[in-house]
Amino acid sequence: MSDHREIELMAELVPTGSRVLDLGCGTGELLALLRDRRQCAGYGIEIADANVLACMQRGVNVIQLNLEEGLAIFEDQSFDVVLQLDTLQNLRNTEKMLLETARVGRTGIVSFPNFAHWPNRLRVLGGRMPVTKVLPYEWYDTPNIRVGTYADFEVLARKHGLRILDSFGIQDGRMVRGWPNLLAGTAVFKFSR
Amino acid sequence: MAPVGASVGLVEPQQRHFAQALPLRSGKQLAGYDLVYETYGRLNAAKSNAVLVCHALNASHHVAGSYAGQDKSEGWWDNLIGPGKPLDTDRFFVIGVNNLGSCFGSTGPMHRNPETGRIYGADFPVMTVEDWVDSQVRLLDEMGITRLAAVIGGSLGGMQALDWSLRYADRLRHCIAVATAPNLSAQNIAFNEVARRAIITDPDFHAGHFYAHGVVPKRGLRVARMIGHITYLSDDVMEQKFGREMRAAELGYSTQDIEFQIESYLRYQGDKFSEYFDANTYLLITRVLDYFDPARDFGGDLSRAFARAQANFHVISFTTDWRFSPARSREIVKALLDNRLDVSYAEIDAPHGHDAFLLDDPRYHGVLRARFQTIAREVAAI
Repeated sequence: MSDHREIELMAELVPTGSRVLDLGCGTGELLALLRDRRQCAGYGIEIADANVLACMQRGVNVIQLNLEEGLAIFEDQSFDVVLQLDTLQNLRNTEKMLLETARVGRTGIVSFPNFAHWPNRLRVLGGRMPVTKVLPYEWYDTPNIRVGTYADFEVLARKHGLRILDSFGIQDGRMVRGWPNLLAGTAVFKFSR
Repeated sequence: MAPVGASVGLVEPQQRHFAQALPLRSGKQLAGYDLVYETYGRLNAAKSNAVLVCHALNASHHVAGSYAGQDKSEGWWDNLIGPGKPLDTDRFFVIGVNNLGSCFGSTGPMHRNPETGRIYGADFPVMTVEDWVDSQVRLLDEMGITRLAAVIGGSLGGMQALDWSLRYADRLRHCIAVATAPNLSAQNIAFNEVARRAIITDPDFHAGHFYAHGVVPKRGLRVARMIGHITYLSDDVMEQKFGREMRAAELGYSTQDIEFQIESYLRYQGDKFSEYFDANTYLLITRVLDYFDPARDFGGDLSRAFARAQANFHVISFTTDWRFSPARSREIVKALLDNRLDVSYAEIDAPHGHDAFLLDDPRYHGVLRARFQTIAREVAAI
């Protein structure tokens, strides 16, 4: 989630004054934006030393934790919004983390690369794994160990009884509401328990 | 990596007498006493840039700089504090206070009880972290500092920082607790007890009144330091530094001579320590550690204990610290999160064990530098 326009799009999904938890918060850009423009308070979770330092330099609260170990440190429904942007696909326990997100936050917002975006489909049809702007890695070195699509997430959410409050795709920094599973490189879901 | 910043240069300790007795948690009180302290940097006109540094077991008020005419007399946190260093004395007024019961200047077991005229020895009252913090508050009152920009401490020093945030919540802006714990584990207490028994069973201890006999229980102090030292290092660092390295090429088949380099190192550390540290102080300070438990008054619920806190917290642990492990720091973080307090937590993957908090790992000093820069901006905006 480095693209600044995508971060602005995400910030608009968060109600003013929310208490926010950002899982895999990177350098804390979104948290700083939410603090400065939307009067939000909260914390970021990061594992990488360089990102933890960057968050501290921005003056946003950051907790250095490995998300694979779960969110036991956080109580049920203790945040208005839990964000998990461009992180879910890097975790082994994707399903558990999604449930943890729903447990800790009254609302969850996730984004992840949509493997069903049409250039990816073409590439797979041609017999190769996709390598694109959103998915710049080769199959053997990708940190994206969970490969899913916009449509797959709807199925997973239904399986766990999660209520989808809003969903759309993002392509070239713009919201995609029509045929997102085909036309968007990034999938976004806002949901609650 | 070359150290960043300069030394604060030559420093001199200061001393202040407190005529009014200090009420202690034990119900006793400490009659008129002295506190020895050092300061670095300049207190600004608003008195808003003061940072209190709390010391751990065997350290003192001599935190930074060095003493005139004394080689290798740098303060114990000299790598952190100075002009241009992470805790920048061009911006902050830094205070180091020697805790009561210590053997480095402030009133302790080696001093005379003004009420009896006799050396305290084992009769020096048992202190607690809370008593120390109360005495620090009195010193700051004398200096006219009503609110600290930050309190920072590592290990036992971190416990003092935490206590500040609980009982003097409106007198600090930031609380920085490094390599510390919300209380000691049974294993921690066990190590302390071994050290205490080593001292107490030394025939030269004389139930704590060894001064009158003109002796020092050095054997006990040596063993106490040896066991302590083992717990400050990680298994990896010890393996890397000493491994199974022998003193001689051949086995000596002796049960009493030094065979392995690690033995030589521990004995050297023990010898050095027994020359300068007071046995009663060692007993006292290990007890201070054992007793610290802010959750105790709240049914063991640390989150309830922190309900009073207001500070902005920074908690730091080291992955290889098995004496005060990251899990213990996460307990503190959880209590802070439960109370919706501002907190950042860094878990530094340094190999050095508990001792890492005294070293200058660039990631560790990086996060502290970032935090103090934030605090400096806040102080400038007040």
